[in-house]
Amino acid sequence: MSLRALLHMRLLPVIAVAALVLVLPLFFPSAYYFRIGALVFIFALAVVGLNLLMGFAGQVSLGHAGFVGIGAYAVAIGPVHLGVPPWLCLFLGAVVSGALAFAVGRPILKLKGHYLAVATLGFGLLVAIVLTNEAGWTGGPDGMNVPALTLFGWRVRGSDVWYWIAGATFVGGFLFALNLMDSPTGRALQAIHDSEIAARVLGIDVARKKLTVFIVSAVYASLAGSYLALFNGLVTPDLAGFLGSIELVAMVVLGGMGSIFGSLVGATVLVVLPQVLTVFHDYEQALLGLIVMVFMIFLRRGIVPSLAAMIAGRRT
Amino acid sequence: MRAIQRLTVAAALGLSAVLAAGLQASAQIKIGAVLSVTGPASFLGDPEKKTLEIYVDEINAKGGVNGQKLQLIVYDDAANANSARTFATRLIEEDKVDAIVGGSTTGSTLAMMPVFEDAQVPFISLAGAVQIIEPVRKWTFKTPHTDRMACEKIFADLKSRNLTTIALISGTDAFGKSMRDQCVAVAPKAGIKIAHEESYGPRDSDMTPQLTNIKNAAGVQAVVNPGFGQGPAIVTRNYHQLGITLPFYQSHGVCSKEFIKLAGAAAEGVRLPCAALLIADKLPASDPQKPVVVNYAKTYQDKTKQAVSTFGGHAYDGLMILTAAMQRAKSADKAKVRDEIEKTKGYVGTGGIVNMSPTDHLGLNEAAFHMLEIRGGDWTLVPGT
Amino acid sequence: MAELLQFVFSGLTVGAIYALVALGFTLIYNASDIINFAQGEFVMLGGMTTVFAAAAGVPLPLAALIAVIVTTAIGLALHRFAIEPARGASPVVLIMITIGASVFLRGVAQIVFDKRFHSLPPLIGADPIRLGGATILPQSLVVLAGATVIVVLLWLFIERTLLGKAVIATAANRLAARLIGVNTRRIVDFSFAVSAAIGAVAGILVTPIALTSYDVGTLLALKGFAAAMLGGIGSPLGAVVGGLAIGMIEALCAGFISSSYKDAAAFLIILIVLVAMPQGLFGRAKVERV
Repeated sequence: MSLRALLHMRLLPVIAVAALVLVLPLFFPSAYYFRIGALVFIFALAVVGLNLLMGFAGQVSLGHAGFVGIGAYAVAIGPVHLGVPPWLCLFLGAVVSGALAFAVGRPILKLKGHYLAVATLGFGLLVAIVLTNEAGWTGGPDGMNVPALTLFGWRVRGSDVWYWIAGATFVGGFLFALNLMDSPTGRALQAIHDSEIAARVLGIDVARKKLTVFIVSAVYASLAGSYLALFNGLVTPDLAGFLGSIELVAMVVLGGMGSIFGSLVGATVLVVLPQVLTVFHDYEQALLGLIVMVFMIFLRRGIVPSLAAMIAGRRT
Repeated sequence: MRAIQRLTVAAALGLSAVLAAGLQASAQIKIGAVLSVTGPASFLGDPEKKTLEIYVDEINAKGGVNGQKLQLIVYDDAANANSARTFATRLIEEDKVDAIVGGSTTGSTLAMMPVFEDAQVPFISLAGAVQIIEPVRKWTFKTPHTDRMACEKIFADLKSRNLTTIALISGTDAFGKSMRDQCVAVAPKAGIKIAHEESYGPRDSDMTPQLTNIKNAAGVQAVVNPGFGQGPAIVTRNYHQLGITLPFYQSHGVCSKEFIKLAGAAAEGVRLPCAALLIADKLPASDPQKPVVVNYAKTYQDKTKQAVSTFGGHAYDGLMILTAAMQRAKSADKAKVRDEIEKTKGYVGTGGIVNMSPTDHLGLNEAAFHMLEIRGGDWTLVPGT
Repeated sequence: MAELLQFVFSGLTVGAIYALVALGFTLIYNASDIINFAQGEFVMLGGMTTVFAAAAGVPLPLAALIAVIVTTAIGLALHRFAIEPARGASPVVLIMITIGASVFLRGVAQIVFDKRFHSLPPLIGADPIRLGGATILPQSLVVLAGATVIVVLLWLFIERTLLGKAVIATAANRLAARLIGVNTRRIVDFSFAVSAAIGAVAGILVTPIALTSYDVGTLLALKGFAAAMLGGIGSPLGAVVGGLAIGMIEALCAGFISSSYKDAAAFLIILIVLVAMPQGLFGRAKVERV
């Protein structure tokens, strides 16, 4: 296959998503839809990171909302308490998340399966508890206000502006993730997923690779959290809580573990569905649970891989 | 031929103008509500939703407001600030509501406030924290008493019993924390010293370690428990279990018969500040609030088969203040309605008698609270409060 | 000294609650390698059904029995209609199904029951027992006794009965178990049913202390899961030890250090223990076949 064809194939999903980002606003009747779109891309960003960890490297994390919370509070605490401008806090938040991922990941990534799950769960809960209790820094359970982001003297606010920022960042994150997966590191991660012992026998530094992807996924989550905080103008500790982590995992699994495009689909489903189900009022929760169960039973590999398999099946 | 055509066009235009005016007159007034119907604050949001639904129906049955029917649009934010903000945007952009009565929790209210202020839509919040109306924001009002008022009422009662050194045991939820912060802030001015503090998670099942520490703390003369939901019931039971005999004060977060039922015998002698709604039948006939609260309590209990709740009462007050303002403004125009809400004077509600002003978007003072004591499984009014 | 004793009693009370929930995770895991996050909802259903049946006029013991039967049926239904059709899916997907089920059960509960808090009368009396300057509720002893009885029964079942051995065989290798004549589907049915029953009993015993409402399940499942993992998933004794340990850490931290960080202390200790002992306290080392 020629180099050009290969390049063309690899970038196709990215181009498709970029086109989607550009075209969707034509169908948006009001700012509400821009807000939903922005939220979808923000969550999708966090989900891409988590997908790298869960889908490719096969490591379950039930505490990823902790990193989202750190990113979110970084852009709140930095400007309010430390006088650091918000755009710098975006990067600092990512750095702190990455550093924390490094510190925490080294010991706990040795754990396997459900044990890793409970360790990450504990981490997420610890972050949420600290955010709730240290009211002097974080404003406590009611949270704190987030000063608006200013870029070159221009105040960034409005659902439409954040839609473009989130969309562009998501496309960038998508591209980076695809690149990562096609690189030697990505292939090493897939080998680790299939069999850790075999990967080790091949000479792959398993611990280091797992730590790398853990840090990368933490940075994705932190960035998403920062965006969410700046967009809403407010942060609350329940961002980092258990339910938030479960929501992220659900988005990964619904969209398809190991499918980066599935991250977008999963995020879309779980952001849009509660909005759609409001008509059912009291039955909303029950329906949400039912829909998740049905999706998982019948499209158990996730929406995107299952649909892809169905289409491929039909061709043969 | 041309004359007939012109006449037809003119008639059609005239007819459509009349129809449009007619449609305008019968178009509904849209009231939005974002409430925490499920989730950790469903204790607040559920009675609020039921109250709003019951009374919107009642108002519509009586002909609506200014001849227009009310349409209630309720969304459930499950006490999640992000969801609250999304629904707030939806109410403004999609549903195009004329006013909002909602925001069960302070977190939801603070998340939604900027959206409503930017869109310049009147917003009556149902949350307790004093930050909602301090500093005063143009379009935001609220009906529940502030947690600061509750603290002041409790401290005044403590002073009258010559109890000046207290311990606090508060829930780490938003309600408990906010009230605890206010109590700490107003304590020096009220002449109260907080000697010891403990906290518990809102879902904890046993608070005896914290209460043991309070029991052993030197000089403590009384204990105050800011919190809501099941926590205070368990704290009260544990208090009784440990045999602590110091005077015990609860917060306005547990002003419901349920608390007495859950705490059981341990609730005997507990004091707490509550709105007149709780002692509707015990109010003297001369009390201006009596007809309102008796009526609301009866209606709520008949329609929902559940005990009346002060949170539902706040929603009732919010709706009534809003519709009264709309009637005075003779329209649903947002700016006019806002001005009329601000001019609310002498409104007798479940929470008290409301007198708003440009610098006071709550309109209640401590007189709206009554100090109650639980005796024999029922509320009794502490005389003179 | 009296304070320490009171903290210990508090730790035992709360720990026994966690232990009972953790036990529910053990059996299903032993039979099928699944972590059932709906276990918390079984506890909720036990308590709430009893409360509402009793409120409808059914005598309390009968109400409790009805609650256990209803919850067991729901556990069975969960396996038959949600887990069984997805057999072969990856563990994360199965966990997601149980989470979906827990959201579903919570949603149904808030419609069928209500959103308020409820209590049940204690089994053997409400007057606290005084011991050494500290007090403990008789119901706490009932919960502890209940946990002990269930642990012993589970241990006897797994170690000493043929059915128990069949459960272990099913978890070890499903195909091999079927080859030797074990009806694996019935075994997993059975494990879900019994776990649900354990959850319901836990709910009934715990409600007089901790109250109940339609959403008690979430936090209990979280703590129960953590307790089960701390003790080593798959070991009933581990589940109880894990639960009691978490309860004790919380109580001691609340009493001596800081009440706002007690949950954090428990999870920090879990993290430390797991890093030092990756199989939990009593867990069996998993052999990865290459």
